[in-house]
Amino acid sequence: MGMTITEKILAAHAGRDRVEPGELVNVRVDLALGNDITAPVAIKEFEKIGVDRVFDRERIALVPDHFVPNKDIKSAEQAKMLRGFARKHGITNYFEVGQMGIEHCLLPEQGLVGPGDLVIGADSHTCTYGGLGAFSTGVGSTDLAAAMALGETWLKVPESIKFIYHGEMPQWLTGKDLILYTIGKIGVDGALYMAMEFTGPAVEKMSVDGRLTMANMAVEAGAKNGIVPPDEITRKYVEGRAKRPYTFHASDPDAAYAQVHEFDVSKLEPAVAMPHLPENVKPVSEAAGIGIDQAVIGSCTNGRMDDLREAARVLKGKKVNSNVRLIIIPGTQEIYRQAMREGLFEIFLDSGAAISTPTCGPCLGGYMGILAEGERSISTTNRNFVGRMGHTGSEVYLSSPSVAAASAILGRIAAPWEVM
Amino acid sequence: MELKGRAWKFGHDVDTDAIIPARYLNTSDPRELASHCMEDADPDFPNKVAAGDMIVAGKNFGCGSSREHAPIAIKEAGVSCVIAKTYARIFYRNAFNIGLLIFESEEASERIDEGDQVLVDVDAGVIKNLTKKEEYKATQVPPFMQQIIAAGGLINYVAERIKG
Repeated sequence: MGMTITEKILAAHAGRDRVEPGELVNVRVDLALGNDITAPVAIKEFEKIGVDRVFDRERIALVPDHFVPNKDIKSAEQAKMLRGFARKHGITNYFEVGQMGIEHCLLPEQGLVGPGDLVIGADSHTCTYGGLGAFSTGVGSTDLAAAMALGETWLKVPESIKFIYHGEMPQWLTGKDLILYTIGKIGVDGALYMAMEFTGPAVEKMSVDGRLTMANMAVEAGAKNGIVPPDEITRKYVEGRAKRPYTFHASDPDAAYAQVHEFDVSKLEPAVAMPHLPENVKPVSEAAGIGIDQAVIGSCTNGRMDDLREAARVLKGKKVNSNVRLIIIPGTQEIYRQAMREGLFEIFLDSGAAISTPTCGPCLGGYMGILAEGERSISTTNRNFVGRMGHTGSEVYLSSPSVAAASAILGRIAAPWEVM
Repeated sequence: MELKGRAWKFGHDVDTDAIIPARYLNTSDPRELASHCMEDADPDFPNKVAAGDMIVAGKNFGCGSSREHAPIAIKEAGVSCVIAKTYARIFYRNAFNIGLLIFESEEASERIDEGDQVLVDVDAGVIKNLTKKEEYKATQVPPFMQQIIAAGGLINYVAERIKG
């Protein structure tokens, strides 16, 4: 019996020839990640372990991104704790405001994660790096503390579900739409404890940005990890960028899957996830017409160049509706610079959008776009739980950047072709 | 060990934003987190809950964020254990790591109602509904997780391992 790509990466990091779904393995960690919310708890726990140094100061990434630039005094204290720990232990991958970005946009861009890596992060969207053919998964702060001390963690080998996306992607359809449809189909616990392997012609033609978006939301189906088999598109992305050697793994033809789902993407329209779960997915034409007060384009899900270009294509020469606040948040400083170079900022500013420095900010109801009671936001983020973006009486609708941009123009949920 | 308390009932897919909203994540102080525990699902919960009480919920409890602040808030609020049909995986790990007792039982999740008095025999994995005079079985905890519990959480487990 062959192995899946997920099983192969876990076996390689457990020093084993093979692993079986269901077994617990101790694995070597290539990179351990924390942010300004989760790392402070991890640091306190780390200090209880009784070791005076981290396992490898180059294999820990600390990225303040949730509440920075500091949103209030308490957040400033947390960011200060992160900074202090990074200095004390000489952590090389600490990213200060001005160099930072949203962690899951930043680490792939900086070449700190690559194909075949095993990455754990105290952030649920750590599963993003599966878009590059890595095994990566979210854990809590105590797990991060243990990994910072040991350079290892324990994992249960997950069963895999294979998703095959057939057909040509119609105009405006993106990785975001595919992952929303997939979650809509299997539910928010449809892949609980499992690996989601994304394959098929539509994924093979997709850019790395789109693949990162798909893997990013695997956790929204309860999955342990999402993964796209790396290929030439991956190679072009990581070449000249990767800071460590990388390994391309592929699933064997006779690998075992718990389930296989096949989709024909050629007839799909962009998707919208209605409140208050990411599984409440409808085609945009069925959601169209719902009035909105705010639109957010950004986050670890959709804050990359592909996303900003798509938004700009829709916004070019048009104005944001007078009833809507459009907030655009480039994922990293590099993305910010590139968007500026390409003239996207001119388009955004002309349309009446606000452009923010990189931050997770509004996605989790932190700051920079909190909703009042009764307000609705369309958002390219990843969660639409009750109160996620502000008041418990507010609503979040999840979509791709083109749908968010079109909705911002019309003041109601809209398909991009309504304004083009 | 036995746990005894009143059941507070919640539905399916209780997410970590409901358990501890992100607006309170600018602190990691357990007491402060506890004072907002479950606030967005039931604003009165932090005032109503008494030491020893239990949270009983449906499937996929703790879905969403990896924030360990969620099990910390529950534990610090005095909740003796959580009983649910299933758990989201990061919440499951976090609960064991910090020493919050959680039990998986479809039957208990369905049969226990708000206000029922519940007794949990932790070692036997048996949940007794004293109000309804019923007994349910909890899913066996994997041996490795039992070692973490026995050590008093992951940090103690790791510390012991490092000392060799």
